[in-house]
Amino acid sequence: MQILFFILGAVALIAGGLVVFQKHPLRSALWLIVNFFAVAGIYLLAHAEFIAAIQVIVYAGAIMVLFLFVIMLMNIRQPEADPKIPFIGRKLAGIILAGFTGLILIYGVTKATLTTGKEMAPGLGNTETIALTLFTDYLLPFEVTSVLLLVAIVGAVVLAKSKLK
Amino acid sequence: MNLPLLIVVSVLKIAVVMGVLLTCVAYTVLLERKVLGFIQLRYGPNRVGPWGLLQPVADLIKLMFKEDFTPPGANKYLFLMAPVITAGAAFLPFAVIPFAGNILPPEITFYGYKIDLTVAALNQGVVADTNIGLLYIFAMGSLGVYGAILGGWASNNKYSLLGGLRLCAQMVSYELALGLSVIGVIMLAGSLSTVQIVEAQKSIPFIVYQPLGFVLFMVAAMAECGRTPFDLIECENELVAGYQTEYSSMKWALFMMGEYTHIIVASAIATTLFLGGWHGPVLPPFVWFMGKTFALVFFFIWVRGTFPRFRFDQLMQLGWKVLLPLSLVNILVTGAVILLIKG
Repeated sequence: MQILFFILGAVALIAGGLVVFQKHPLRSALWLIVNFFAVAGIYLLAHAEFIAAIQVIVYAGAIMVLFLFVIMLMNIRQPEADPKIPFIGRKLAGIILAGFTGLILIYGVTKATLTTGKEMAPGLGNTETIALTLFTDYLLPFEVTSVLLLVAIVGAVVLAKSKLK
Repeated sequence: MNLPLLIVVSVLKIAVVMGVLLTCVAYTVLLERKVLGFIQLRYGPNRVGPWGLLQPVADLIKLMFKEDFTPPGANKYLFLMAPVITAGAAFLPFAVIPFAGNILPPEITFYGYKIDLTVAALNQGVVADTNIGLLYIFAMGSLGVYGAILGGWASNNKYSLLGGLRLCAQMVSYELALGLSVIGVIMLAGSLSTVQIVEAQKSIPFIVYQPLGFVLFMVAAMAECGRTPFDLIECENELVAGYQTEYSSMKWALFMMGEYTHIIVASAIATTLFLGGWHGPVLPPFVWFMGKTFALVFFFIWVRGTFPRFRFDQLMQLGWKVLLPLSLVNILVTGAVILLIKG
């Protein structure tokens, strides 16, 4: 099990790195899918089968399909040409910012203490436990999220319709 | 847990299931040609072997010896990956479809060793019994889209690209209706495990309680398979052959295998969820499962021979304005009735 975890972790990290380093957006998207699968595998190892399935269905199956859809609609065949004069100031600023972000992340992750969550109720599977907590303890955040999504949909429709006229 | 035993039994089961599935795929092609011929008052293939029964073998040999052509300007790796993804994602859902009850006794004695076979559902007629079986099916089903999108994009051909785009929009629209149409079944069975869903239909199949759910599922599944009347993806009078335009030889054969596997898998899932799976009187479970599945496969072919193709806006209207609201109503009514009865 431990070996599997390290293999999946390595795959997730390498794929994540390749997402950033690819020049072509379509290849980045494909590596992101590989990354999602590796993360889904890690969820499976943690006995969170429901989360793993949702990870594949929602992220790999729906969101990335939309990403690919957009990339294909724009039909970017060739990666953008490198700018002729590499702008040294921009690179420097990028490196410094990335370095700071990395430091803060490392500091945060090492300092954080992870508390153990609620134990799963006896006799209940993964799906039932998630459903119970989602619809009792976290009902308000759940409903607020759904309203937020509705607002986003209405906004998208309004934006699209105004372009048509 | 006995790890070598687990591996041996699982591999054996996978080999048998894959063998039967691939044979079924080959003969579904023949079945389709025969039935379409019958519908159109022709004979269909009848030259190779008795009643054309060896036609799939002849087709296979022909396809293997065809020139394997990669168009210039195509992305080589993605062009090769696309059919593999399509066919692979089509086969995977079969891992959780139960085709029989107990196929082995719970305990066997092997050279004096007592071996417990109830571990990991080894004695049951299913490759893997997981508690998220249905979600697994949907996860694998949603991956099949990638084959077509990547194939359409990598071909470097505008018809392929348009076909891929169309497929993308169609799949995303109908996946919602497909997913929502089975929620009624999940509520009735109280489980996502396909084995337990079949177990819950021991006396009465769920089609009795969920007639609307069954109709919605079949329509959405037909659209997901890209079958006529929903085959705008490879609409030959507009798009040549959609995303498959540039494919030839075994790559094309893999796409075709994926398509026919989709039909069989969709029929098998409908059997499992609505028609009571392998349950049935007198005959052995496997025969019931195959019978029900192939009755639905025949229905798919029958529909293809009967209905003309939709227009794309009609397709989208049907998906978003008819199927989606109806499936939501179905969930609401099912939930209300379950609450009323159980109190």
